[in-house]
Amino acid sequence: MEALFFILFGAIAVGGAVMVVTRRHPMVSALYLILTLFAVAALFVLRHAHFLAAIQVIIYAGAVVVLFIFVIMLINVPESRLPVERATIVRVAGVIAAGLLILESAVLARRFAMPKAPVSGVGTVEAVGRALFTDYLLAFEVTSVLLLAAVIGAIALSNKKL
Amino acid sequence: MTPIAMDTGALVRGLYCILPEMVVIGTAILVLLADLLLPEEGKKRLCHLSVAGVAAAILSALWLGPGKIEGFSGMIVHDGMGLFFTLTILAAALLTLMMATGYSEWEGTQKGEFYALILLSTSGMLFMAEGTDLMTVFLGLETLSIPIYCLVGFHRGRMRSLEGAMKYFLLGAFSSGFFLYGIALMYAAAGTTRIPVIASMMRDARLYGNPVFLAGIGLLLVGFAFKVSLVPFHMWTPDAYEGAPTLVTAFMGAAVKAAAFAALLRVVLLTFPAILPAMSGVLWVLAALTMTVGNFSALLQNNMKRMLAYSSIAHAGYILVGLTAGGVAGGQAVLFYVLVYAFMNLGAFGVIMLVAQREDDGYDIDNFAGIGFRYPVLGGLLSLFLVSLAGIPPTAGFVGKFYLFGAAVRSGYVGLAVLGVLNSAVSVYYYLRPVVSMYMAPAPEGIPVPRPPRSAFSFALCASAAAVLLLGVMPASALEFAERSVLSLLM
Repeated sequence: MEALFFILFGAIAVGGAVMVVTRRHPMVSALYLILTLFAVAALFVLRHAHFLAAIQVIIYAGAVVVLFIFVIMLINVPESRLPVERATIVRVAGVIAAGLLILESAVLARRFAMPKAPVSGVGTVEAVGRALFTDYLLAFEVTSVLLLAAVIGAIALSNKKL
Repeated sequence: MTPIAMDTGALVRGLYCILPEMVVIGTAILVLLADLLLPEEGKKRLCHLSVAGVAAAILSALWLGPGKIEGFSGMIVHDGMGLFFTLTILAAALLTLMMATGYSEWEGTQKGEFYALILLSTSGMLFMAEGTDLMTVFLGLETLSIPIYCLVGFHRGRMRSLEGAMKYFLLGAFSSGFFLYGIALMYAAAGTTRIPVIASMMRDARLYGNPVFLAGIGLLLVGFAFKVSLVPFHMWTPDAYEGAPTLVTAFMGAAVKAAAFAALLRVVLLTFPAILPAMSGVLWVLAALTMTVGNFSALLQNNMKRMLAYSSIAHAGYILVGLTAGGVAGGQAVLFYVLVYAFMNLGAFGVIMLVAQREDDGYDIDNFAGIGFRYPVLGGLLSLFLVSLAGIPPTAGFVGKFYLFGAAVRSGYVGLAVLGVLNSAVSVYYYLRPVVSMYMAPAPEGIPVPRPPRSAFSFALCASAAAVLLLGVMPASALEFAERSVLSLLM
C-alpha cells in the first residue's frame, strides 16, 4: 500500500518537474512547480515527517512560488516575445550529467547506512517542537536575533532620507 | 502529551554562557530605542551608548573567565578559546565604534541603524566563535553576515558601495548554501551536528572514509573559504572592501575574519587530526594559492583600500599556514595572529580614514604624498601599521608570522613555510610604497588637509599602535594565553 502511494506521488513529482522545465510560458511552469512541491510534501508524509510536509506546503508552495508568480506577473512578458528554447549540445549534456548525479546519489544512499524503514515519532510536529524548545533552544533564540538584524538592515537600506 | 521538564539550573548556566552576547544584543536594542527618543543634534550619544555597551560586554566576558561553561545542552561553550576570540572580536568592535565617533559625523552615518547593525553583527560573531554545534556556527555566520551586507551598501547613493554590497550579498548567500549543504551531509553521515561528538566518532573511525561525510566536510570548507576569502573563493573581496564605507571595511577585515577563523579552527583542530592525510593537502594548496595570489595582486593596486583588500587575502593565507600545521603550536600561532591582525588592520584603515576625504580617487596612493613630514604623527602611525603588516620587527606582525611559519616547520611543512617567507618578502614592496610616497615624494598642490580626529578616534588609533608595539616587544603573556586557550579546547 505504501509502495503504491510512493510510486503515485513520486511519479507526480517527477512528471511535474519535467513539465516545469519543458513548458514555454513561465506561469504554467510555476503552476506545475506547485504540483511538484505538493507531491514531495506527500512523500514526506509517507516517511512520517509530518512537520517537514507542513513546512513544505506553507513555505515553498505557499510563499516561495507565490513570490515567483508575483514576479512573473510584474514583468509580464507578452506571449509572442517569449524565447523559443532549443535542445543544444550543452543542454543534452546537462541532462545526462543530471542523470548521472541522480544515479550516483542513489548508489551512495543505498550503500551508506540510510535507515530503510521510516522512523516514526521523530518527524511529527510534537517531536520537532520538543527538540526546538529543549536541545535547540539556543538556535531558536539566535534565529530571532537574525531576523531582527535582517529587518533593521532592510529598513536602513530602503529608508528615503539618507 | 507529556509536558517538557524544565531544568532551571541548566538554563541559567546557559544564560551565563552567553552573557557577553546578551549584553551586545541588549545594547543594539537600546540604541534603536534611543534613536527614536533623541533629538537630531543628540544623535552622537548613540555612538557613546554603543561604545559603553561593548565595553560592558568585554567586562562580562572577563568576569566569566577562562573556565569552561557549557550551555544549552552543548550548543555553545564558553571556554578558553571562546574567551580569547570573544575578547579579540569585542576589542575590534570597540575600536571600530570609537572611530565611528568621528567617521559618522563626516560621512553622515550618524544613525541608530548603523550602530545597531554593527552590534548585531558582533553578536553573531560571538555566537560563531563559541558555537560547538554546527547549527550555532551557521546561525552565527548568518547573523554576522546579513548586517555586514547592509553596512557595505550603506551609502546607497554611491555606485561603488552598491556594487560591492550586491556582489558580496550574492556570493555570500551562495556560500551560505554550500555551508548548509555541507552541514546537512555531515548530519546525514554522523546523525548529529555537535562538533565534539562528531570528533569523537571520527577518532574511533566510525566516520573515517565515509564519502558522504567527506563530501560534507569539503562543502563546509568551501563555505568557510568564501567567508575568510581564500583563493579561489576571493572574487568578492576587493570590490566589497573598496565599495564599503571605510569604517565598515576596517571592521570586516578585523572582526569578520576573526570570527570565521575561530569557528574554522574549532572544526579543524577537533575533527581533522583523524582525516589529516586527506585534508592537509587541500589546506596546503589553499594556503599557498591564497598567499601568492593575494600578494601578487596587491602589487598592482594604486588604491589603498583595494591594496589592503588584497593584503587581507594574503593574510588569510598566512593564517591558513598555521591551520595546516595544526596541533597546539599551530593553533596558538593562529590565535595570536588573528589578534595582531585585528589591531594592525584597524589602525591602518583608521589613518586612511583621516587622510582620504574624497571617495573613489581619494584613496589613491598619490594622495598620501608628502604627508609624512607635514603631519608627523599620522605619517608615523600609518608607517608603523604598514611595517607591522609587512612583518618587520619589532612589531607584532613579525612575531605573529614567526610563530605561524615556525609551527609549519615543526609540523614538517617546510615548503609551505618557505613559500610564506618569500611571499612576505614580496609584500614588503607594496606595504612600503605608501611609506616612500609619504616621506620621499613632494606633496602635490591642493591635497586636502587631514581631518582633525576626535578624542575617541585618537584614543582608538593610539591604542591600536600601542597594541602593535607591545605585542611585538613583549608577546609572552599573549602567546601564553593563546596556548592555554588551545589546550583547553583539545583537552
